[in-house]
Amino acid sequence: MNRRTTIGFILLLIIMPIFFVLDMMTGSTDISLTQIWTVLTGGDCDEMVRRIVVDVRLLQAVSAIVVGVALSVSGQQMQTLFHNPLAGPYVLGVSSGASLGVALFILGVPLTGATASGMFSSVGMAGAAWIGSGLVLVVVAAAGHRFKDIMVVLILGMMFSSGVGAVVQILQYLSNDESLKAFVIWTMGSLGGVTPVEFAIMFSSVFIGLFLALMSVKSLNLLLLGEEYAVTMGLDVRRCRSLLFLSTTLLAGSVTAFCGPVGFIGLAVPHVARSLFATSDHRISLPASFLLGAVVMLVCDIASKTFLLPVNAITSLLGIPVVVWIVLKNKSITC
Amino acid sequence: MIELRNISTGYGVRKLLQGVNTSIDNGCLTALIGRNGTGKSTLLRAIAGLNRQYTGAILVNGTDISQMKRSELSRSVSLVTTSRVRIADMTCRDIVALGRAPYTDWIGRLRPDDREIVDNALDKVGMASYGDRSLDTMSDGECQRIMIARAIAQDTQVMLLDEPTSFLDMPARYDLAGTLRELAASTGKCIVMSTHELDIAMRFCDRVILLDPPELHNMTPVEMTQSGVIEQVFGIKKW
Repeated sequence: MNRRTTIGFILLLIIMPIFFVLDMMTGSTDISLTQIWTVLTGGDCDEMVRRIVVDVRLLQAVSAIVVGVALSVSGQQMQTLFHNPLAGPYVLGVSSGASLGVALFILGVPLTGATASGMFSSVGMAGAAWIGSGLVLVVVAAAGHRFKDIMVVLILGMMFSSGVGAVVQILQYLSNDESLKAFVIWTMGSLGGVTPVEFAIMFSSVFIGLFLALMSVKSLNLLLLGEEYAVTMGLDVRRCRSLLFLSTTLLAGSVTAFCGPVGFIGLAVPHVARSLFATSDHRISLPASFLLGAVVMLVCDIASKTFLLPVNAITSLLGIPVVVWIVLKNKSITC
Repeated sequence: MIELRNISTGYGVRKLLQGVNTSIDNGCLTALIGRNGTGKSTLLRAIAGLNRQYTGAILVNGTDISQMKRSELSRSVSLVTTSRVRIADMTCRDIVALGRAPYTDWIGRLRPDDREIVDNALDKVGMASYGDRSLDTMSDGECQRIMIARAIAQDTQVMLLDEPTSFLDMPARYDLAGTLRELAASTGKCIVMSTHELDIAMRFCDRVILLDPPELHNMTPVEMTQSGVIEQVFGIKKW
């Protein structure tokens, strides 16, 4: 590991806890660093403050980390797998697939006369998002395999998003006020609405997704050279692709299910990480995306709470300049 | 050593090879020549295990490649394709080190002897001073040399190169062909390269395989010249 890499990791490891604490301090009720410390160390403090810190702020800050990590790592996997610097869960329609699954669940279940609540609701949303994102990923990957031109894959991803948008609009038109409101709030993206049960499901899924990503580090490095080279160097591409699809579905699907479609993190963070650490080697860039994704999502959450805006709007505002930079910088370079 | 036993391949009704039998020896640089669309890349890809659309058997050092596991084949056969590889923010040494993938652990960690092999591979293609440079700052020819170094680092008995000289200027073409011939002679590797440059095939290669669908001719350059088959296949009129 060279000096730049070491310094980069140390800086991110220092910055992340700072933003984590800042995120916990930010909100409609002023809570000081001392109060947070007192609550987390089990000291005496006001019960209201304790409940805000433990039940709301802590869960939201940890959710921000999980979301940032999951989307960044899934984005990096997809950029390498598709050999496409503009790939990401949002751009390729994977988040849209998850959205469709969730829309069918939130808006469709009431249409059948059934009601979803508690554990059934959480598991149902996650399952619907996994199925939706997994299906889109398989179709996009099949198209990518059939048509080598990356533009075809990107256009297909965009078409998926548009198609999903149309289906969701139809569902919205047909649904009642209550489920429509729940769905509209979900589409804005929120880290504050995650319940402990939902967090447990999301964390477990993301943990498995990250483990699969870690197991695929060597394969991802080989895929940098293209599938044919990777095959001649001993990679079982079919098995590797299946693992990466499963990982991406668990990472992007779970996060989208419970926090809404959070855009641009999966696309932008891997590029910034590669640029900061000056390497495409996944042994470095994957953990770098992991840490940077957590930091960026904490920053977005702080901004979201400060300006009272949906977190999705903040990630888009931060992500769009990065996408423009990628397009201008990487005109002739693959990821 | 590569052996082709009763190989037939083609696209649909178009037969590129029909019941071909031949062998390519170790320690030789062999040129694969032929007109466009006669199946040079198809044959190389079949030997590398990328194309299974053939009948018959391809043996590498006596073992049918269809019976070999992917990992086993990657320790026996390496391939350099014509695709242009451009990876930002990755040094040439890192790229060449990927060639050690068949021998490294799950995360691709290099041992000291792996590092030595990588440095030697860079040295063999005259790119030792480029180890810390990134591919996106280099010319096509330099990138091609790095990909050849990666194949050398893969340390396989058989090395296949699809038009390796196509991005190079004339001195660099001769230099690379000489390097490959020396590599084959000194290490006993079986090196096969497809090329459109007849002068390189005739001057630098120990054997020349001319694809003349649906058959092929495997001869020494002298035999090939004397046979007149080149003029016949390429439609060259004698002055």
